[in-house]
Amino acid sequence: MTSAMAYLLLIFLVVCAIAVARTRDLLAAVIIFAAYSLIMAILWQLLAAPDVAVTEAAVGAGVTTLLLVAAVAKTRRQE
Amino acid sequence: MDNLIVRYISRIFLPFVQLYGLYVILHGHLSPGGGFSGGAILGAGMVLYALSFNLPEGEKNFSPDASTILESGGTLLYAGIGLFSLLLGANFLANKAAGYPLGTPGNLFSSGAIPVITLGVGMKVASTVITFFYRLIAREGGQNGAAD
Repeated sequence: MTSAMAYLLLIFLVVCAIAVARTRDLLAAVIIFAAYSLIMAILWQLLAAPDVAVTEAAVGAGVTTLLLVAAVAKTRRQE
Repeated sequence: MDNLIVRYISRIFLPFVQLYGLYVILHGHLSPGGGFSGGAILGAGMVLYALSFNLPEGEKNFSPDASTILESGGTLLYAGIGLFSLLLGANFLANKAAGYPLGTPGNLFSSGAIPVITLGVGMKVASTVITFFYRLIAREGGQNGAAD
């Protein structure tokens, strides 16, 4: 495991986490949250936890995003 | 969401997503993943279909009745395997002690009752995810509200 790659991913993870909290457009926040989950899944894989990585990719990037998109479609898009 | 490109791509993608979900479920005792992850992938595939088309189209493909049967069937499969090993004279959900054929480790048909239990969990999780989504976007007496 290249540690430079891991540090890059961790920096991107923190940037994503801050961007989710600061974005006013809720649909954009959902998309950024999906990117956060995807990076988290790659990090789980780098940390030698493939089972958690599969679950994170399926639930975090898949099901949560779809449910939140449905919730945004039912309500307002701007915060 | 009336978008031709989204509909077409999701129609192409759906078989591969479902095949991968079934792969993860059926190889739950051999590789990473298992009932929960595979069921979530299967459910997310159907949700993608219902989101890119509309809710009536999705319900035509996977009706609420089928969801009810699959959900109850998954639970009954899990509990039935557990009770069956009780019937064979071992503990609840006992595997080797109940005398299930274990097979060679690494084969697809191995490790006794674990693949059947994983299949039950996968059925339950997939139908639960689909039911969550259907009930979330269902609006009483109307079309699903796909904003912008």
